[in-house]
Amino acid sequence: MPTTLSRAVNEALHHALATDPSVLVMGQDVGGLGGVFRVTDGLQKDFGPDRVIDTPIAEAGIVGTAIGLAMRGYRPVCEIQFDGFVYPAFNQITSQLAKIHARSGGRITVPVVVRIPVSGGIGAVEHHSESNEAYFAHTAGLRVVAAATPQDAHWMLRQAIASDDPVIFFEPKCRYWSRGEVAADADLPLDAARTVRPGSDLTLLTWGSMVETCLAAARAAEEEGHDLEVVDLRSLSPVDVDALTAAVARTGRAVVVHEAPTFGGLGGEIAATLAERCFDRLEAPVLRVGGFDVPYPAARLESHYRPDLDRVLDAVDRSLAY
Amino acid sequence: METYRLLDPDGTLRDDPAAEHVDAELCRALYRDMVLARRLDSEAYNLQRQGELGLWLQCLGQEAAQVGSIRAIRDDDQVFPSYRDHAAAMCRGITAEALLAQWRGVRQSGWDPAEHHFGIYTLVLAAQLLHAVGYAMGVARDGTDEIVLTYFGDGSSSEGEANEAFNWAATVHAPVLFFCQNNQWAISTPTSAQFGAPLHRRAEGFGLAAQLVDGNDVLAVRAATQRAAEAVRRGEGPALIEATTYRMAGHSTSDDPTRYRSEAELDHWRTLDPIDRLRRLLEREQWTDEAFVADLDAEADALGTEVRRVCRALPDPDPAAMFAHVLPTGSPTVDHQREAYAAYSASFEED
Repeated sequence: MPTTLSRAVNEALHHALATDPSVLVMGQDVGGLGGVFRVTDGLQKDFGPDRVIDTPIAEAGIVGTAIGLAMRGYRPVCEIQFDGFVYPAFNQITSQLAKIHARSGGRITVPVVVRIPVSGGIGAVEHHSESNEAYFAHTAGLRVVAAATPQDAHWMLRQAIASDDPVIFFEPKCRYWSRGEVAADADLPLDAARTVRPGSDLTLLTWGSMVETCLAAARAAEEEGHDLEVVDLRSLSPVDVDALTAAVARTGRAVVVHEAPTFGGLGGEIAATLAERCFDRLEAPVLRVGGFDVPYPAARLESHYRPDLDRVLDAVDRSLAY
Repeated sequence: METYRLLDPDGTLRDDPAAEHVDAELCRALYRDMVLARRLDSEAYNLQRQGELGLWLQCLGQEAAQVGSIRAIRDDDQVFPSYRDHAAAMCRGITAEALLAQWRGVRQSGWDPAEHHFGIYTLVLAAQLLHAVGYAMGVARDGTDEIVLTYFGDGSSSEGEANEAFNWAATVHAPVLFFCQNNQWAISTPTSAQFGAPLHRRAEGFGLAAQLVDGNDVLAVRAATQRAAEAVRRGEGPALIEATTYRMAGHSTSDDPTRYRSEAELDHWRTLDPIDRLRRLLEREQWTDEAFVADLDAEADALGTEVRRVCRALPDPDPAAMFAHVLPTGSPTVDHQREAYAAYSASFEED
């Protein structure tokens, strides 16, 4: 029975709460309301307000107190209500959560998961549609992952909660209502990329909200006789560089697709890494398709801002013609 | 709110119920703590001037606030310090070597927070207040009777995270005691430019039980902290103490306080020195003698020698150390960089 991505996250949280008494869920409106996206629906009813905690509206407080709880032996799973609301917690995430293990010489471990509904596509107002993964991937000491399917949302979250690392867990909010099977077991470790569609002519490298877009582009390209591979990075830090390099070395062409602004985005990092690792196997420069270097626009413009099937295919054509 | 004080600057003990518990043994112990802390502090300052430390932030003048408060709580009460809390750290058995390592630049922190129930220093102001609140939430969940104490300064109290911590603690009734060492200056910014209402008044607005105490009176600090700590331990909710003290040195060894404050102001605070004040009581009550003074002098000298020795003996770390403990479960990216840098370094040795 296919389940929604939202439900898959909910069931992962339910499982973690049920099997590990040190797990806590905390965030704004995550209790009785079940979160603004209803991802935590029913959890407080099953586990009580002491384990599914409605917090004050204070993002630094959510992450900062989660760090303190983790120091005491708990495993908090924080929800930041929207991507654009994470910045008040930026200090706690980058200076404390990310660094305290290293700063303490490995003596302090803070197994905190910060869940962030991310990216656009739902017609939201400003600050509710940002793709801000690069800030966190740029910060040493964080594990940064993005789930694109119900299977990955469920199993990657369970793996993230079980991990002793601090994990920034991105959930593409436009995919919350998409359905897919969730298998009885995890089929990949948390830090592995996934080939979601094999192909021999060109590799599309993507994650999160853009995986489905790239799959649609690959299907469209197939009609024109092009066999595109789609690789979902899943782990944005560390990146599964070996898998990416192997894929691109095989096809000789790569286009990185992400929703975040292109300048300083992860696409540049991946393009540079591929150039270093398999320059002599490349038939064309690695191209990037991303959001524009502008503040995320008003909702009626987001279809122009977000990479879509046609912009991906345009880059594919340019790469193939090179 | 009137400032709570037990010991006047001339060494006179006030008529107060808490004064009944003041005796020779207590005063000698607190005096020793403060004298040894000041000695370590001055040795570290000198070592910085000799180039042995990269930076040092003196606790000079704040010994009573730190010693009085930490000696008022239990050894298993977790403490979340700021970065100038050397006297408190020493009371928790943290060694000179552990204290100096960070400032010599050989490690980012020096001690095990679990062993000493004393967190590593936090240099981004007020971040530790939220950690303290979260830890205290955990204590409450565990149903144990520890409390959490966190140190911060007047400057930190302006940070958003401090105010989030006050509000959060009051909201969840966390067993945490916020201890502000109001040393009058945040680098060059005086408290008059730091807050419009005194911190202890602001605390009441948050729903914290607040006290204002003479932070250069170690006996008053100890008594006030004991009162607050026991109330927190009884489950009466979080509390805040604002201890009025003075940073007698610069903010750091890189600071030049003559650019922003007067010698007359320093002279005034010299008359309020916490160690002199307690010594006057010891002498007035004849709770000291030549042997006590001589022994403490010798102990302080030995500490001074030890501080200089361990500082100079702290070895430069192996370059591989910076690649350790980035992620608890490890990172292939970091592993790759460590190996590549090791090979790069080794290539010079071969030449």
